[in-house]
Amino acid sequence: MTTPASASENAIEVLHLVKRYPKAPVNAVNDVSFSVRRGEIFGLLGPNGAGKTTTIGVLTTRVRPTGGQARIMGLDVTKDPIGVKQRIAVVPQMSNLDQSLKVRDILIFHAAYHSVPRKEREARADALLRELGLAERARDRVSRYSGGMNQRLMIARALMHSPDILFLDEPTNNLDPQSRLFLWDRIRDLNARGLTILLTTHDMEEADKLCERIAIMDYGKILVNDTSEQLKKIIPGGTMLEVRVFVPELAAVGAAESDGRITARLVEALQALPGVTKVDEVSKKKEAPQGASGGWPGGARGGGGRGGPWGGPPGGWGSQNGGQAQEPGVTGFRLYAEDASALVASTNQAILAAGAELRDLHVKHPSLEDVFIYLTGRNLR
Amino acid sequence: MATTSQAAAETPFGGGEARETRMKTHLMLATNAFFAILRRDIVVTGRDLIAFLAQVLLQPLFFLFIFGKVLPGIGLAAQGFGALLLPGIVGLTTFLAAMQGVALPLVLDLGFGREIDDRLLAPMPDMLVALEKVIFATLRGLVAGGIIFPLAVWILGNQYNVRSDRIGLLIVLLVLAALVGACVGLFLGTSIRPEQIGLMFSLILTPLLFTGCTYYPWAGLDTIKWFQIVTLFNPLTYADEGIRYAMVPPVYGVQLPTLDLQWVFLGLGVSIILFFILGTRTFGRRVVS
Repeated sequence: MTTPASASENAIEVLHLVKRYPKAPVNAVNDVSFSVRRGEIFGLLGPNGAGKTTTIGVLTTRVRPTGGQARIMGLDVTKDPIGVKQRIAVVPQMSNLDQSLKVRDILIFHAAYHSVPRKEREARADALLRELGLAERARDRVSRYSGGMNQRLMIARALMHSPDILFLDEPTNNLDPQSRLFLWDRIRDLNARGLTILLTTHDMEEADKLCERIAIMDYGKILVNDTSEQLKKIIPGGTMLEVRVFVPELAAVGAAESDGRITARLVEALQALPGVTKVDEVSKKKEAPQGASGGWPGGARGGGGRGGPWGGPPGGWGSQNGGQAQEPGVTGFRLYAEDASALVASTNQAILAAGAELRDLHVKHPSLEDVFIYLTGRNLR
Repeated sequence: MATTSQAAAETPFGGGEARETRMKTHLMLATNAFFAILRRDIVVTGRDLIAFLAQVLLQPLFFLFIFGKVLPGIGLAAQGFGALLLPGIVGLTTFLAAMQGVALPLVLDLGFGREIDDRLLAPMPDMLVALEKVIFATLRGLVAGGIIFPLAVWILGNQYNVRSDRIGLLIVLLVLAALVGACVGLFLGTSIRPEQIGLMFSLILTPLLFTGCTYYPWAGLDTIKWFQIVTLFNPLTYADEGIRYAMVPPVYGVQLPTLDLQWVFLGLGVSIILFFILGTRTFGRRVVS
């Protein structure tokens, strides 16, 4: 957690926010507190139904909170919704562009709703259309626009009244890679100009690349709130060293006999290395199905349903060991440690000392997605 | 061009002089937003004027032609029926144009379009967005009702017979007819889901059309007492009867009997207040959760 900044430094402040919808059995948002500094890009991540949309709804005056407080640029969202609306802009997930107006008019009318003087709104519309690559299609109707163009137009619209805070709800969902990269660049540009941005996303790469801080929400609560780098350290053991080892004795007795007695010696030797928190053998039998607990030491953090985060990388070790015809005598191990790369030399020595031979070695760092799955589990929502 | 681009690029987001000069009171912000939204609706309707006129005028004009001109012409309706029918058609057109002007867009907007979100995020109370819909729909109703008059002169010819000494009262009643239509539309538009639009036409519009004393004067229903009572539950009855009072000239010195003006005003007043309150309440529930 970062140190709480003073009110004047924060663009968004949420304090013990609670929202329960009428007739709902549980709180959609359950005692959530966080703040977003001015000029920050803040990511709100979480599975569907985690409470992200409700939280943003409260901040954008569309959802009335049941309890707690939310402030935008120091203004209370329930006491001064007009002041709040003038300072924020929202880019929703689905297009809500005015289908009856032409593209340029959408921008100009939006600015008029926000009391932007006529000359300024026309100049601003033209500038933003150019900036977002829509100038040549400014007189079209929105119905002729593609998904990516709609998204760009909604961003242009949001900027027409120079908001202090921009809310982006899954901004690059369903966009082609070109549009995605273009939008990422624009988001960074806007942030560089001082705009505070709160975005929700399911795209871990997006969150990792754009956000200075990330809060992961689930079941109406914020589980963690920190920089991407710090979040990745949450997973116990930190990093992982994956090794493939040729064991001559194993080749001699055949795979059927490899019941672990031969490799147990190796596991013991590896376990004894300084810094190693846990060693798993990744043989045919032990290659657990994705999400089975025990992937990470202490991986079953929340108890039932919350398995280890390393679901076995697609096309990685899991398939090499479990799928393909295995070279006789070759088996794999996973070593968990705070700093797996420091183990490379000592691991090699330990393997040689045990009479085996190192075939392959690979250091893996947890991704934001691993952290996300580690915290929220694999259950479908 | 380059200068405007530069100016926009240099304007810091989140403060600066441009923001300072626009620091206005909330009242100013809300008033500006209200009129900008009203202007948006007028501009959009103005661009599709032909479609708008076809939507609101075609049906009443055919009614007027068939019942006011053709049927009396071939002896199936009494001469002079046109003079009696015209006020009903004016009232119905005003009422319906206002009602549809708010109900249909709202059903779609609140249902899946969510185009209204941009207006709900304008710096104004949500209720002003609902009020704007009502005001705009009222204007729409008045335009539609007003256009009936010159067209009626053309369709009815010598059957066109409207007294001119109650024109002030007529204008007031037309405004109230449009207003009540808009308020009913606000209520329907916020209560009906998009998939129920078809149902709205058959279950609500049709009874509204035929129990509103449009095609017959209320006093004439004396012989069908139960139906006469039913018509009193339709706000359109009060609008049509009031407009009839203001439009139909006396025949041989005898004034056509209509609902008393005090009942007309009471019926319209109660309906406007009731449906406006109900409508804004459901609107509030639909736009803030």
